[in-house]
Order: sequence, then C-alpha cells, then structure tokens
Amino acid sequence: MLPKPLWLLAELTYRCPLQCPYCSNPVEFAGRRFRAELSTNEWQRVLREAKALGVLQLGLSGGEPTLRPDLEALVRTARGLGMYQTLVTSAYRLTRDRLAALKDAGLDHVQISIQAADADLSDRIAGATSYEDKLAAYRLAKELGFPLTVNVVLHRRNLHQVGALIRLAESIGAERIELANTQYYGWALHNRSALLPTREQIAVGWDVVQRERARLGNRLEIVWVLPDYYEEFPKPCMGGWGRAYMTVTPAGEVWPCQAAGSITTLEFANVREHSLEWIWNESDAFQRFRGDAWMREPCRSCARKTVDFGGCRCQAFLVAGDAALADPVCSLSPERGRIDQALQEAERPWTYRAAPPSRALAEGLSRTGSPGPRK
Amino acid sequence: MSDVRSGTVPRVAAKARLEWDEVRQRHVLLYPEGLVALNATAAEVLRLCDGERAIAQILETLKQRYKSDQIDSEVAALLNALAAKGLVTYVR
Repeated sequence: MLPKPLWLLAELTYRCPLQCPYCSNPVEFAGRRFRAELSTNEWQRVLREAKALGVLQLGLSGGEPTLRPDLEALVRTARGLGMYQTLVTSAYRLTRDRLAALKDAGLDHVQISIQAADADLSDRIAGATSYEDKLAAYRLAKELGFPLTVNVVLHRRNLHQVGALIRLAESIGAERIELANTQYYGWALHNRSALLPTREQIAVGWDVVQRERARLGNRLEIVWVLPDYYEEFPKPCMGGWGRAYMTVTPAGEVWPCQAAGSITTLEFANVREHSLEWIWNESDAFQRFRGDAWMREPCRSCARKTVDFGGCRCQAFLVAGDAALADPVCSLSPERGRIDQALQEAERPWTYRAAPPSRALAEGLSRTGSPGPRK
Repeated sequence: MSDVRSGTVPRVAAKARLEWDEVRQRHVLLYPEGLVALNATAAEVLRLCDGERAIAQILETLKQRYKSDQIDSEVAALLNALAAKGLVTYVR
C-alpha cells in the first residue's frame, strides 16, 4: 500500500528580508521558474487536499511567510482542518498585533531563527539588521503563550557560540532549540567552502550540547541536527522519499523535500495542473525513488537500506551527479572521496610566514610563474 | 499510581492538541514537530485531563465505563509516559 503523507511544508514565498548564505531555498529563486506565487484560494485548496491525503503537521515557511498578507486566512483554514501548525519565521519587523492575530487564527507553534548569539555576528550572517527584532519576537511569542522553538543553522562562523545560544534560548523560556548543522543544498552548497566547519569545531559543539542537556533536563529540549558530511552513514533523509513528507513551493511545484527541485533530471508536477493526490500517488517524481526498487549497489544489498533509505537523493545528484546513486556521504559509497576532499579543504591550516615554506613557495613560483601560493 | 498521587490534577500541555486522524482512523496527540498515536481509551483519558479533574475523579469516571482491574496502572503508565515528553502537565 502507498504511504500517506503526514507533513507538509508550505513555502509561501521566496521573498525574504534576510540574506543568509546557507539558505535552503533554490539559488535560482529569483528566476522565471519560481515566479507567480499561488493565490490564497490555491493555497486553501492545497491545504484541504493535503488534509484529505493524511497531512497532520503543517509548516508555514518561505522565504519569509509573514510577508504574505493572507497568512492569517491560511492559518484559519488549516486550523479548521485540524492541522498542527508551525510558523517558521525570521521575525523581521514582526509586531505584537500580527502575532496575536495569528494566535487568534489558530497558529500552534512558532519557530524563530537566530543567526548567532550576539547582535553583531547575527546581523552580519543574516545580511540584515534583525537581531533585536528576533529578541523582541521571542518575548512576544512567550507572552502570547506560544510554544517556542529557537532555530539556529550552525557553520564555521557560529559553532563556537553553541553554549551562548543554548543559554539565550534558556533565558527567554523557549521549549526547544534546534541546532541544525548546515546541510549543503541551495545557497549552502554554493557557499560550502565558506561554511564547512572543522572536525574540531563540531566535536567542541557536540560536547557543549551533551553537557547542557545534562544540566537542563526537561527544561529545554536541545535538538542537534547531525553534520552529515562528518558522519559514517547518511541521514534517513525525510524518512524516505515520498513516504511521509512533501514541500509545496511558492509557485506550486510539489517536491518530496525542500531541495528536490535541484534534481534537474526530474520533472515536478504543479498544484495548478494536478491534484495533490495525483502528485503524491502517481507523479513520476514521487514514484521514482519510493521504496527500494530503484537502488543500485552498495545500497541494494545493504542491511541499512531500511534505516537510511540510501540517504539523500539530492546529495547524490548534487555531489555525485546521479540521483539514483548512494548518498555520497556514506562511507560505503565509491563517491565518498568527493565529500572527504571538501572536508580536507575545511581543515587546511594556514601556513606561518617562515623561511622553509617561503623557499618552497619561491621554487614553486619560479617553476610555474603563478602568483598564488597554492597548486 | 506510581509517582503521581490521586489528588494530582493532570492536563494536556498547552503545546499539544488532541485530534482525530480521519485518514488513518485513529486519535492523535499533536505537538511541535511530532505526534503520538492513541487508542480510543487513551484518547478518552486525555479528554478527561482538563486541568480540573483530579486523577481520582478521572479513574472513577473511567471505571463506570470500563470493566477492567488494570485501569489504575494503565492510566498511570499513559500519563507518566506523556508527562516525560512534556505533553501532560500537572496543575497540582
């Protein structure tokens, strides 16, 4: 029997006042393919069809979802359908009136991002002055009685602040903090060499998380999203392709995950032309990697295929060039070397200014005539 | 009851919501980023956890409806499991 979806991520718009360099939105978000956002009526139809298919958890995201003036109307519709709703927002210029109106419409849970533990770094990473808005929104969310998640994407420039971020979440009374190590899709893949942390940074961050979990117990749930480049086996991406999860993009394409649109060898159906039911059950893109019949070696005969489902199709496509290969982060993948190479670049220490390396460089220069120190 | 007294007043946590899952024909407790599937009895217990009834009253109500000698331990197990996940809180 076909699986039924439980989760829908509604990406209401790709417009956003923030410019985070690790955004999971497509790098081509401003191009033709992604223009023409769905109307209020179209989204309401999508929500009804999603509920009829089995969706119980709705994420309202983007871009910045509060830029849609019809957000309250969509929340009201979803609440009427009995869905549990999470707003994923930057909280940029979010007012008390707006958040209260969303509460009134039936919003259940608020997730507010922060880019770092201090204003200077947070605003620099976000590319927008937004830190104070976020702190104000945390307080508003608590005052209005929302369960609150603080979410942070971790990378080379902020991993040293894991402890300070946890204390920040604790001080504002958040229920959860999601410390999500960057996953390399979209803008994050484009900026990978500037974002990849060292193994040492990850180890230090993980130590802090374990210590803080012991200290805080039930008071604050600390979610640590694994840095999959540093793992031996791939993540069970989306719990399997087309098994429980779908994303509807601002212009109506339906993807099995937030990044699937980057797989250019697949064609994705649009809710403007098809029902969500047809797209989930029948469309080629959803059927292609459902189950395990598509798997080749080393996945096909692997005992872990029911655990991680071969990992991430997007990563296989983006890094190894074919969406039907094993996730290249898997230590059993023949393409693992591509990941290791990226990691080695992240580890490359600087060279101290000293005579021996200088002599080596001088020889290299006279041989190649190249002005740079590498190669 | 193991670690909750009969005078304790439980309620479904503010962050959680009980819903009927029509597609899968089951009750569910929804919460941030997750859900717990419930059988009909568990759903009934949670409907009684309104922040006003004490556990003794809840048990009494259930015993009028069901003939089982294990209600006390079943309710305790359910509430303890959900309280551990922060999905049930004790008003007092």
